[in-house]
Amino acid sequence: MKLIFERSKRGRGCSILPECDVPVVLPEGDRRERELHLPQVSETDVSRHYTELAKQTYGVNDGFYPLGSCTMKYNPKVDEETAALSGFTEIHPLQPVHTVQGSLAALAKAEELFCEVTGMDGMSFQPAAGAHGEFTGLLLIKAYHKSRGDLKRTKILVPDSAHGTNPASASMVGFTIVNIPSAPDGGVDLKALKQAAGEDTAGLMLTNPNTVGLFDRNILEITKIVHESGGLCYYDGANLNAVMGVARPGDMGFDVIHLNLHKTFAAPHGGGGPGSGPCGCKDFLIPFLPGPRVKQAEDGYRMSRMETSVGDVKAFYGNFAVVVKSLTYILMLGKEGVAEAACNAVLNANYMMRKLEDLYEMAYPGTCMHEFVMDLGKLKHETGVSALDVAKTLLDYGIHPPTMYFPLIVHEALMVEPTETESRETLDTVIAIFREVYRRAKEEGEKLHQSPVKAPIRRPDEVQAARKPVIRYEFTEA
Amino acid sequence: MQYPAELKYVKSHEWIRMEGDTAVIGISDYAQDALGDLVFVNLPEAGDSVTLGEAFGDVESVKAVSDVISPVTGVVKEINEDLLENPQRINEAPYEAWFIKVGEITEEEEYLTAEAYEAFAAEEAEG
Amino acid sequence: MGRFVVSTPEEQQEMLKSIGFQSFEELFADVPEAVRVKDGLKLPEGLSEMEAFDYLSSLAGKNQVFPHVFRGAGAYRHYIPAAVKRITGKEEFITSYTPYQAEISQGLLQSIFEYQTMMCELTGMDAANASVYDGATAAAEAAAMCIDRKRRNILVSATTNPEVIRVIQTYCFGSGNQLILVPEKDGETDPEALKNLLNAETACFYVQQPNFYGILEDYEALGELTHGCGAKFLMGFNPIAAAILKTPAGYGADIAVGEGQPLGLSLNFGGPYLGIMTATAAMMRKLPGRIVGQTVDAAGNRAFVLTLQAREQHIRREKASSNVCSNQALCALTAGVYLSVMGPDGLIQAAEQCTSKAHYLQEALAGAGLPLAFEKPYFHEFVTGTPAPAQIILERLEREGYLGGLPLGESKILWCVTERNTRKEMDELVSLVKEACGK
Repeated sequence: MKLIFERSKRGRGCSILPECDVPVVLPEGDRRERELHLPQVSETDVSRHYTELAKQTYGVNDGFYPLGSCTMKYNPKVDEETAALSGFTEIHPLQPVHTVQGSLAALAKAEELFCEVTGMDGMSFQPAAGAHGEFTGLLLIKAYHKSRGDLKRTKILVPDSAHGTNPASASMVGFTIVNIPSAPDGGVDLKALKQAAGEDTAGLMLTNPNTVGLFDRNILEITKIVHESGGLCYYDGANLNAVMGVARPGDMGFDVIHLNLHKTFAAPHGGGGPGSGPCGCKDFLIPFLPGPRVKQAEDGYRMSRMETSVGDVKAFYGNFAVVVKSLTYILMLGKEGVAEAACNAVLNANYMMRKLEDLYEMAYPGTCMHEFVMDLGKLKHETGVSALDVAKTLLDYGIHPPTMYFPLIVHEALMVEPTETESRETLDTVIAIFREVYRRAKEEGEKLHQSPVKAPIRRPDEVQAARKPVIRYEFTEA
Repeated sequence: MQYPAELKYVKSHEWIRMEGDTAVIGISDYAQDALGDLVFVNLPEAGDSVTLGEAFGDVESVKAVSDVISPVTGVVKEINEDLLENPQRINEAPYEAWFIKVGEITEEEEYLTAEAYEAFAAEEAEG
Repeated sequence: MGRFVVSTPEEQQEMLKSIGFQSFEELFADVPEAVRVKDGLKLPEGLSEMEAFDYLSSLAGKNQVFPHVFRGAGAYRHYIPAAVKRITGKEEFITSYTPYQAEISQGLLQSIFEYQTMMCELTGMDAANASVYDGATAAAEAAAMCIDRKRRNILVSATTNPEVIRVIQTYCFGSGNQLILVPEKDGETDPEALKNLLNAETACFYVQQPNFYGILEDYEALGELTHGCGAKFLMGFNPIAAAILKTPAGYGADIAVGEGQPLGLSLNFGGPYLGIMTATAAMMRKLPGRIVGQTVDAAGNRAFVLTLQAREQHIRREKASSNVCSNQALCALTAGVYLSVMGPDGLIQAAEQCTSKAHYLQEALAGAGLPLAFEKPYFHEFVTGTPAPAQIILERLEREGYLGGLPLGESKILWCVTERNTRKEMDELVSLVKEACGK
């Protein structure tokens, strides 16, 4: 495919703006000192270019997308329509408060509903993504201990199966990380947790179901151990899709959480973003929530910042349009639809797991939640075919591979999360493909090292990309 | 796998060559092979202190990053700037691709001979 | 109730039985009774699509859409070409994940590579990442890139947008680094104050081009002072203004960040927007977040991949300098499409119209008794004094569908004009202002 710059021809362009209707006056001072290389293309060129790029991009509507830990469910079209209402898109963030009552009502409604789903008492929509929500939640924990003069709490406990953002977020908040090993059953090792929790514990970060797809049966014991040590419990909402409507983090003993609206609540991923990572908390932490708080007064909604807040984590009020999408979604699911989604996410995962476990070794046999982890260590040992080879071979069958090499505690991991928006026929087709790939791994393993062969490109040379980074196009002066 | 007899080794897979009072430090053939194609190294600056048993830098492959541990306590006298541009030298010739030279040494780890290290590395590869 | 579950209840039961379960209840055997939701969530009954749409429409209807906008202060109403929304509305772009599987993501990866190139072109810098959340978080991440063991203080000009200052402050509360505001003088950074505050513990100095008041400062001098003490020089830039102004690279900036919203993104009540980050080659490996690089595939053809990943949280974990994972990819795509449609001439035209029209309005307002607060060169925003209380003027404008400038206290207003505003609109605005001031 040509780059847009390679389609550029001097003198071409689109006609967008009218002539300037006032005299041209430019500011005094320094002028741009170099030529501005932007594409010079007609509207036909631009349209065709991006259509070509879209064709080489795999979205949820292109097929099965079982990325573990990413919850790639179907994104309802009505969500796009509501977010695109001009009464939302054309609103300046600094308009007078009485002219933005609809936006504030949407935020207030979203806070009410998502608090109910999670068992929290207050929520801020300012965080723009999951990791940003983690950062915010940890700031709350830091501010809470500080407000009590409890300055020795500098450590955050993180299970070794955690997503990389957990330790990275804790680092950004100045905490040191204590890794808690997983027990053989994939849960938190209670003995290790008891040993680690103490008067220097600021808190624990946990995903439940955890990153191996299991609900930690000891959850109440875990949060109790942390609370007894004086620490707080943080719930990473990455895997909420498994249990929403079934169990609430607030009832499991968690004090502060984040949600990934772009996972659990069906907002699309946009090729990497924008997401939305609202941070929710129990009553006693509300005074520390970031950004302006929306409150209902007699004459309508008001916004104000709190003295004790950790501050703003983003300009304005977060990724508002994404919140509108997820608000639309949860209003449609309602009381029963939320649990129905979770039940079917779990059903679909178990269905796939059961129909594959005679061939593929499961890292943690038993009943999984919304995702399961396959351990291809044995297959690799026997045939030389790695998790990467299997993933790349799946591309040739037109499906998106599962998450590879995560969690790190399973060395040849493939993590499968089918979500509730896939039909039985799709699952059956995909199960047959996984089985076929397994057979080929056994019979013609060598060939799979070359996969994919039918995708738009072959495997890219990542070593070259990293050793001699070329991260922009270089223009040759005409 | 090569383990030149004139070098000393430590269990964290670094090699050491003494030049007078200065320790020249790199990573072993076994280490570079286990790490795979290296794409970048992070090195300290001349003048920085390094501490026995602590990381003084790291090496990056495409999908992993690994600490490089100092076998001595002392002060960095020189770094191998060539590695910043050409990390592949570590894969190509691990015993020429030194990372840092350390002087003012106050503490040294117990070194292994080439023979002892080779046995240790073989054991680790098995395990 | 709206439902997106595909299987019918009968199919669900069949599937359950086929894997040895009698009920959904059994699937959740690991969830202790004590934490189970009893009697369902206290949520309303689910809505049909039509009901949900109508409800959200009613909320949108409670907002006031201003046909005439003269307010900026970090969020700008520019014209968005029709092609931008059509192209970025393609489902493949909207519904795809972060392009980890390069073989089936070349389109998205290439679009990011093109975006990175365009951002480097705007700022003159060597490297760009694939975006962060917004301009404010970009500034906070940029400051974090400059911290080392010895240099932990972050200097920020008081002429910076307060939204940005607040976010940097919050990140500093987290990291324990110190934010020090460099006082302003006559709407600009006070260079004497900067000189006094710079020392061996200064990691960086951040200043905006144009600044919060719209003013173009003496960045040459500020950069020299900063570099003179060995600190990094950080500039916040406006991507439309960049078409005609001297670039951050031209001023010797080490990192240039900006709010990318003006590049084709709607106002959206503050988000999603686009955090642009660009840096010198020397600082490239400290950039947070995704970066796309060019390479070749096994057949020797050009290919694009996520690269330099060892910097990131999923590999470096607690040692990563940033936790950013999801970014604003679709907004970056939007910026790329916008810049392709506008082209160099279109962008320069937009920039020239912004500043020309701002100067037209400023003179007319001065004639109406609203004097320019600072006699300094400005781009498309400027501050005036007001002969009547600012609120009176703004309320008069509001009644006629004009969102006037942002009040700064009782007697100052920060106005903004873009290419979207017409001369007719501005003349009307000025006569309304005159009326409000009793002229």
